[in-house]
Amino acid sequence: MTVQTPNGFTLDNSGKRIVVDPVTRIEGHMRVEVNVDEQNVIRNAVSTGTMWRGIEVILRGRDPRDAWAFTERICGVCTGTHALTSVRAVEDALQIRIPENANSIRNIMQLTLQVHDHIVHFYHLHALDWVDVVSALSADPKATSALAQSLSPWPLSSPGYFRDLQGRLKKFVESGQLGPFKNGYWGSKAYRLPPEANLMAVAHYLEALDFQKEIVKIHTIFGGKNPHPNWLVGGVPCPINVDGIGGVGAINMERLNYVTEIIDRSIEFTNQVYLPDVAAIGSFYKDWLYGGGLSSQSVLAYGDIPEHANDYSAANLALPQGAIINGNLAEVFPVNLRDPLEIQEFVAHSWYKYPDETKGLHPWDGVTDPHYELGPNAKGTKTNIESLDEGAKYSWIKSPRWKGHAMEVGPLARWIVGYAQNKPEFKEPVDKLLKDLGLPTSALFSTLGRTAARALECQWAADKLKHFQDKLIATIKAGDSSTANVDKWEPKSWPSEVKGVGFTEAPRGALAHWIKIKDGRIDNYQAVVPTTWNGSPRDPNGNIGAFEASLMNTPMADPTQPLEILRTLHSFDPCLACSTHVMSPDGQEMAKVTVR
Amino acid sequence: MSATETFYEVIRRQGVTRRSFTKFCSLTAASMGLGATGASNVAHALETNPRVPVIWMHGLECTCCSESFIRSAHPLVKDVVLSMISLDYDDTLMAAAGHQAEAILAETKEKYKGKYILAVEGNPPLNEGGMFCIDGGRPFVERLKWMAQDAAAVIAWGACASWGCVQAAKPNPTQAVPIDKVITDKPIIKVPGCPPIAEVMTGVVTFITTFGRLPELDRQGRPQMFYSQRIHDKCYRRPHFDAGQFVEQWDDQNAREGKCLYKMGCRGPTTYNACSTVRWNNGVSFPIQSGHGCIGCSEDGFWDNGPFYERLSNIHQFGVESNADRIGVAAAATVGVAVAAHAAITALSRVAVKRDDKAPPAVK
Repeated sequence: MTVQTPNGFTLDNSGKRIVVDPVTRIEGHMRVEVNVDEQNVIRNAVSTGTMWRGIEVILRGRDPRDAWAFTERICGVCTGTHALTSVRAVEDALQIRIPENANSIRNIMQLTLQVHDHIVHFYHLHALDWVDVVSALSADPKATSALAQSLSPWPLSSPGYFRDLQGRLKKFVESGQLGPFKNGYWGSKAYRLPPEANLMAVAHYLEALDFQKEIVKIHTIFGGKNPHPNWLVGGVPCPINVDGIGGVGAINMERLNYVTEIIDRSIEFTNQVYLPDVAAIGSFYKDWLYGGGLSSQSVLAYGDIPEHANDYSAANLALPQGAIINGNLAEVFPVNLRDPLEIQEFVAHSWYKYPDETKGLHPWDGVTDPHYELGPNAKGTKTNIESLDEGAKYSWIKSPRWKGHAMEVGPLARWIVGYAQNKPEFKEPVDKLLKDLGLPTSALFSTLGRTAARALECQWAADKLKHFQDKLIATIKAGDSSTANVDKWEPKSWPSEVKGVGFTEAPRGALAHWIKIKDGRIDNYQAVVPTTWNGSPRDPNGNIGAFEASLMNTPMADPTQPLEILRTLHSFDPCLACSTHVMSPDGQEMAKVTVR
Repeated sequence: MSATETFYEVIRRQGVTRRSFTKFCSLTAASMGLGATGASNVAHALETNPRVPVIWMHGLECTCCSESFIRSAHPLVKDVVLSMISLDYDDTLMAAAGHQAEAILAETKEKYKGKYILAVEGNPPLNEGGMFCIDGGRPFVERLKWMAQDAAAVIAWGACASWGCVQAAKPNPTQAVPIDKVITDKPIIKVPGCPPIAEVMTGVVTFITTFGRLPELDRQGRPQMFYSQRIHDKCYRRPHFDAGQFVEQWDDQNAREGKCLYKMGCRGPTTYNACSTVRWNNGVSFPIQSGHGCIGCSEDGFWDNGPFYERLSNIHQFGVESNADRIGVAAAATVGVAVAAHAAITALSRVAVKRDDKAPPAVK
């Protein structure tokens, strides 16, 4: 049967149904089902969040100053970004102003996450969609060296280096214990890199694995550990003492030097390894421009990285804010997270109940009542699903919409908004990369574009790290060492009823938390996260979400091997634990809740 | 090449020298506090044991345990995955998906019956027929129990698998339970923390592959080498606690001088973990060193022992220096008493914790 969606896609579920569950190399649990036609082209896509944790209901009644720690555990991959969003929401509600140094340190931590997350995503969650590990065995190490040296001055590029690595890989494969590479899609026609590029990419997979653990030490210095560093409402927990008694127990010169050194190495790795790899891999796939989905029509960014403390207006944010709809890049709309009519969540196709499911609800007024059921056309049973019925409820993810539009969020959305706003720091690197690859601007709206935007953003973030490290040092030099404002630390100083919203740009996209505080306790907490936007099921009007849209019309080399599906889904860097925990104020009426 | 190749053979063939191998063994042994004889035991074991298949499953969780694991500095996770274990299934890292991924589970169960390690990150929810966490169209809890049947041993990574963690905090809407509630006939090693320290995680895995047995566990099932002492016992700020020198407010002068965070709610005195010794991210820091109190993330039910910034009310502190002023020549005796009293309190609080492994630590 063929259906036309309001957002411009023609869905046809008559062809063969393919199920991928679990979708791996993501955070959390996800399932996808597609229908392919006789040419093995995807004509219908159904994406399902397959986990739910209910963290917001757990937050109700707790101390708002503790909320960052709970919400940080929404996701350990984008670790810290939920905590930052949470402290911002509490500070917004209580009108707490943070010191300039706290703003710089928070930005450094957030940018560190961007750099780390993007590198780990590309090499460890995404690269195997483009890179054939087994093909690397037939590479010529000398030619690999020549290739690597033609792309970058990165020193680990000698023929001997690649020969040794190839030897190690060969023996690993021959051992018969393939570990994480077991049952991969090696040899598939969907892989297009020559053996030498594959070998180089495998080398960088391992180098990135070694290097990523260095980047996060910035979190460890300011936040005590990673994953899940510590944060503080009113500032940051780490004091600064560069020249006094006991300075060795605080952020001092040694600590600052440590951070600077890691920033320099991150810039180097991004410029000399990550970006050249993405450009090189892109050059072999530049006619595989599928996966654009919603990116050419509807994208959303909240913005982030405030230059000055306490000002969250678009003009003060280094990452752009705005919404683009109907593919009109000439007009970027402002976004207001407080407006009840802008952001709304729907549950017509989600495993929750609303009194009226034709309507959406703003997060401050949300309702969440879990209601698991399969539609009449589903196959299997409630605890043994063979295939889902997308005409009914089919996901633990809600459907957020901006003024009724399904939106894509993430690095590509941010860069499209920045590009449309003609900001040189976003426009110039995009134009340069496209020119180097000989591609038109429209090529940006693709799986490859999403992957490239993430790499460009990593470079941008690494440079911005330097900026805020310099700013932190300059502020200390000017005599200001303060890191926390404790004027409103005590709950007795708070008004009896307040509400607030905090937002960030998580590595995966726009993230916001809405909080209501009553008598010193959390009365309501809501998070709408990037993968809720991207992974949303259909809404009551039939608009499909970004994941589903991106899979449409993609040809598969072999429908028994979901390589193209994985490639495109991974380009979003899905985070399912993030997207599927939403709970709300009036969701108490939960028949199945068991109090432990 | 057979699948029963030893770790040593693998890395030798991969070009690692005998000398580097020995150095690696020493570092691994040192990181586990095993000393020189430990190093030779490590070397012997790695020379004679095959790579152990590891199946790493994910329930309700946030993936912080996997993220921590890949941060391991000694050994490098690259070497763990390529040379020390055979990580045949891990949703987060594996190339395969869907049917190809599921096939690995069935194959491992059959081919390595009783010989593989099941590592579990996250936990199973029991409400809604288990469908708050769906894996391959079925409840995660079913698949978990199915894979546990033929495992040699089970590792419970982190607070989720060990205790329940954040999704099991009140009111636990999904009825998420620690894995020992559904796996009852296998040895389970609990490696708690949110997440556990990277080198503690690889230390536990290496211990098993090296010595061919499980590490000594305490009564709560935790490796005693890493979890038998409180963060407070080895905290470098402990002298400030004993001297009564406390941070009174965030970013005050005492905070800037690195004084004790007890009054800011620090859970170091009731938390059993290796943070103040192994520290985090190759020893760079740990929460207290970076100015925030410990939130007790390796303790059972720590989410419900808050608020985090409320000070522990039943921890006695001795004020060694203020006593010295008051008591003068009796100071030496006071210290002696303090040490004895401290030992007694440690013992008491351990007994209290052991009394019921579901009860929160005896602090409130």
